[in-house]
Amino acid sequence: MIQAPELPLWAAIAVGLFVLLGAGITLIGALGLLRLRNFYERIHPPTLGSTLGTGCILIASIICFSALHSRPMIHEVLIAIFVTLTTPITLMLLARAALYRDRSEGSTGVPQDLASVAALDDQSPGRDRP
Amino acid sequence: MSTLFLALAITAAQILLALAMVCAAFRILRGPRAQDRVLGMDALYIAGMLLLLTYGIQTGRTLFFEGALVIGLLGFAGTVALAKFLMRGEVIE
Repeated sequence: MIQAPELPLWAAIAVGLFVLLGAGITLIGALGLLRLRNFYERIHPPTLGSTLGTGCILIASIICFSALHSRPMIHEVLIAIFVTLTTPITLMLLARAALYRDRSEGSTGVPQDLASVAALDDQSPGRDRP
Repeated sequence: MSTLFLALAITAAQILLALAMVCAAFRILRGPRAQDRVLGMDALYIAGMLLLLTYGIQTGRTLFFEGALVIGLLGFAGTVALAKFLMRGEVIE
């Protein structure tokens, strides 16, 4: 199903380039999710899609609807604000949950706790992390 | 001419986003541990939301925008609930 709205030339070129850029960046993030080795490396790449990929496709959508309706249509800004606010919350919650699970199992290869490393360097075993 | 270029660009972008969704789905099915599966679901709903936005550009309707907004809201709630479950063993405590 190949179809597209009738846009002026500058809008068609801008929309096409932004859509391709956003989709390519999202695909790069997903490939990173597939290829990297452990969880703490894998948690980084999907944020490519949720920041720059979402931004590019939303800019393309804003240009397209503004050119179609001949007036500024910026309701896509809602999605941009929402995704920008929620992505760090979800990924930090998920990383802390994974860290808690790995530490409670005592598995190796877990990122170290900076507070306990500093305490070991100070040779003060009495100090525990809060 | 410009319409043909735009149509090809949007179709190519949809194929790329579908490949991204396949990668995320592979991580959900394969992921060695539960947190990898939750991370794959996060990437999957972001890519699905972007795919819906490209359908909105393609057809010129604003209906798809509302669908994308709902996917974003519910995906956030789902990922937060699953992360909470992995941390504590229950969602609401």
